[in-house]
Amino acid sequence: MSAVSTQPRRVQLPEPVARRPRKRWTRFVLPTYVMAFIVYLSFPIFIIILFSFNQTRGGFGTSPRVKTTWLGFTTEWYGRLFELPDLTASLRHSLTIGLLSALAATALGTLLGLALARYRFRGRGGTDFLIFLSIASPEIVLGAALASFFVALGVTRGLSTLFLSHTMFSIAFVAVTVRARAAGLDRSLEAAAMDLGARPVTAFFKVTLPLLFPGILAGFLLAFALSMDDFVISQFTQGPATMFPTWVFGSTRVGIPPHVFVFATIIFLTGAALAMVLALTQRRRT
Amino acid sequence: MERPVQPDLHLVAPERRPRRSTAPYVLAAPALIWLLVLFVIPMIAMASLSLQEGTSLEGFRQTFRFANFTDAIADNGAFLVRSLRNGVIVTVAALLIAYPVAYWIAFYGGRFKSVFLFLLLLPFFISFVIRTVAWSFILSDDGIVLGTLKSIGLLPESYHVLGTTFAVVAGITYNLVPFTILPLYVSLEQVDRSLVEAAKDLYSNRAQAFLKVVFPLSLPGVFAAVLLTSIPAIGDYVNAAVLGNFAPGTSMIGNVIQAEFLRNRDYPEGAALAFVLMAVMVVGAVIYARVLGTERITEG
Amino acid sequence: MSDKRVPFGDPAWIRGMTRRRISRRELFRYAGAGAGALGLSSMLAAGGVGCEEQATGPTPGGEGSADWWAQQQAGDHINFTNWPAYIDRDFSIDGPGSRPSLNEFIQETGIDVTYRADINSNEEFYAAIRPALEAGQDTGHDIIVITNGQELTEMIQLGYLIELDPTRRPNFDANVGPAFKDPVYDPGNKYTMAWQSGMTGIAYNTKFVDEEITTLEQMLNPKYAGHVGMFNNTADAQNLTMMELGINPETSTPDDWQQAADFLQRFNDSGVLRGWFDQAYLTAIENEDLWITMAWSGDIINDKLYFPEYATFEFTALDTGAIVWVDNCCIPNEAANPVGAMMLMDWYYDPVYAAMLTRWNAYVSPVPAGGELVQAAAEAAKGAEKEQLETIATSPFVFPTPELEEKLYNYRVLEGDEIEQWNDLFNPIFIS
Repeated sequence: MSAVSTQPRRVQLPEPVARRPRKRWTRFVLPTYVMAFIVYLSFPIFIIILFSFNQTRGGFGTSPRVKTTWLGFTTEWYGRLFELPDLTASLRHSLTIGLLSALAATALGTLLGLALARYRFRGRGGTDFLIFLSIASPEIVLGAALASFFVALGVTRGLSTLFLSHTMFSIAFVAVTVRARAAGLDRSLEAAAMDLGARPVTAFFKVTLPLLFPGILAGFLLAFALSMDDFVISQFTQGPATMFPTWVFGSTRVGIPPHVFVFATIIFLTGAALAMVLALTQRRRT
Repeated sequence: MERPVQPDLHLVAPERRPRRSTAPYVLAAPALIWLLVLFVIPMIAMASLSLQEGTSLEGFRQTFRFANFTDAIADNGAFLVRSLRNGVIVTVAALLIAYPVAYWIAFYGGRFKSVFLFLLLLPFFISFVIRTVAWSFILSDDGIVLGTLKSIGLLPESYHVLGTTFAVVAGITYNLVPFTILPLYVSLEQVDRSLVEAAKDLYSNRAQAFLKVVFPLSLPGVFAAVLLTSIPAIGDYVNAAVLGNFAPGTSMIGNVIQAEFLRNRDYPEGAALAFVLMAVMVVGAVIYARVLGTERITEG
Repeated sequence: MSDKRVPFGDPAWIRGMTRRRISRRELFRYAGAGAGALGLSSMLAAGGVGCEEQATGPTPGGEGSADWWAQQQAGDHINFTNWPAYIDRDFSIDGPGSRPSLNEFIQETGIDVTYRADINSNEEFYAAIRPALEAGQDTGHDIIVITNGQELTEMIQLGYLIELDPTRRPNFDANVGPAFKDPVYDPGNKYTMAWQSGMTGIAYNTKFVDEEITTLEQMLNPKYAGHVGMFNNTADAQNLTMMELGINPETSTPDDWQQAADFLQRFNDSGVLRGWFDQAYLTAIENEDLWITMAWSGDIINDKLYFPEYATFEFTALDTGAIVWVDNCCIPNEAANPVGAMMLMDWYYDPVYAAMLTRWNAYVSPVPAGGELVQAAAEAAKGAEKEQLETIATSPFVFPTPELEEKLYNYRVLEGDEIEQWNDLFNPIFIS
């Protein structure tokens, strides 16, 4: 076969396959599936919201329990929301620890994420591995380790041990978030600021930090959500003071009070509203 | 006259700069110290605990009893195997459920991609304990699902879903599916649509375009999804406790570890078992990365 | 399980999240470093967890001694932590008034009481407070109620309970029944005062069960598959099974235990078992998840009498008898208000309040005079209330008849190595 041809060969292309007109119904398979999936995902939420309006009779425990069958519509539980002091206290603990640990984790994790994104330093590989381990460790292992640690030291278990533990497991998540954001930043903006006479520190605060802010905020929200949601580690490191998920888990023995579902509904609606607000502001920004 | 060469900062990667400042250490130190004190040292404390002997009554003494590990595996090997099995089932199920959703949102989501992702993450606003409890409600013997079916007569009166492996696996899958979708979505979203167009131009139908172009390009996401799903699935114990109720055959290794610490007070055995679990996870993750090529996992 | 909330609008985060950045080489390098750190471990936890010497009582002037008690003042708040369904209730009232006997204490003494029905199992509760006790810190509870058994014995032996002041319990001294004074597990009532006593037997829901269930063997019937429950604590199932097999649990040998373990394993293998339960069995039988279950006497009688939807419940002993146990009030170390605790514990030895308890929770009262008040009230009552009180007054499980007493046995008391032997044999059955 000649290596070079001097005139274009006529290539015989196969006849184009006539596109079959797409049957109407196949177009709807995937979207229907996705809708069904979203329904499946949200189904327990609807149940919780629904059963927060369910009537119930008193149980043998210290408070009325939600029944698994529908007994009738009532809004009385919304009025009696703070009736159970332990439940209210556990929610307060959860919110407090959530906020404090998220703040601490965000502060620490942001610095760590920056360091990882910007610099090559000795021990960087080890730090990476530490972060990987921290994220990938099963919570039961973390909880058991923290329990062993606090017992060996004889430290009082309580809100302080909870704060320390929650901050610990959130740091890595914040660091990864901020690192991703920092890695995508345009360094030239910072350099431009310095070219215009800013000192590195000023450039950092006036240019880098605002650019990083979405990542930092995302990390903060992530840390807060992780802390609010945490059950396993809290069960191992809490003392007399309980957190909301552990209180709920304990209450499953004697039956869940309807107040739990009311709180869950309120938290859910608040979170959803916040997320929507966030979404709208983000849309406008980008 | 020489023109000063302006370095093009777009091209100079940070690591080329000969910076030897203390900045990274200062930045990283606080977080690293926190992690050292509250992650590394507790792990060491647990390692120490796992080598001790004794009872809650008589106290525990450090005897460097490595047999604790072999004992723990011998006594509880079945739970480890069961947890791994459940982890595989959950991961496969989650992938099968999640992939079409991720695909659809990435390719056909259009302007509403964010909306759909938001809807996906909606359940996370309620603590996962409460979500699991909600499932125990939904699946209870005379709850809204089974109760209705029983009153119609489609199911025998004595039928139950709670207390079976199916309930536990279904619960774990439900809780983890959003973790599966996200990495899949990310990698699918990055697939260059023009490649799909090119495939169609080369006379492939939609199925072939998917199998030969889209799916292989999404594999990094699949690998990440597998990791993100299987690790929490294997170590889970809440679903087994709430939905399985310690029915024979439903408990997982997490339940055993929790029971050793918070019921039997056999701390060395619990610690040894926790380490075995951790070792299995880390070794598994490393082997997984090696088999599939570390490059795919460490893509930067 | 980790739970990550993703800021859905930021793909950079998601990308970063799904990248892994270790290589094999780095992994092995750091594994090696970790092994060296194990040397640190021996320094860190050299003492080990739980190195306690056996307690021999309070040190002179220490917590629990007479001098120490003399210096204590009553505080203004008591944390009373108990089992569910154990205190009289009046559901028509909200708040503290809903527990009449407790409310009268609050009114009379002015001391506020936080009552928590948080104890669902001795093992779990003890494991939860043990770290604080070991570290010598306040557990957050002033009165706790623990059943006689491994956990109570361990707490006494490790010195985790405050020795009670014999001068602060006049009602107890005057009214306690002989069976509850100076018990085997706490000679001289140094640490405990009985709350109520009860029996472990079988409960079943006649809505689903046609026959009378009086043996554990009947529970293994496949037609009850998925609706049978058993206890998973350190004492009930084991001892009751030995009774089923005709063995006296109090004098049982390790061979007997093995027989009981084999029998219990049949529940795991047969597929009839819905689960292994603690206090949660009551919720399960009320939800109709369980049709037959091991149960505690008063729980079932209380449900049957006072809740119409549970009128179909029945409680029976085995053909061979039943197990009897005692739940005991005690004060953990470093309690904030030990004086108040003793006042409250002694309050319930007044026959009036003891009667109020038994009327509701249908358990055996440690105060014979209180029991007599219940029987008197049964005679004097009219109408529906009379029926309820009559049922309690004539129930052999609340006022044991001589016939039943012959067939009532205590838990096997375990000592030394037996504890580990027993637990290693039975614990694997409960999580399988």
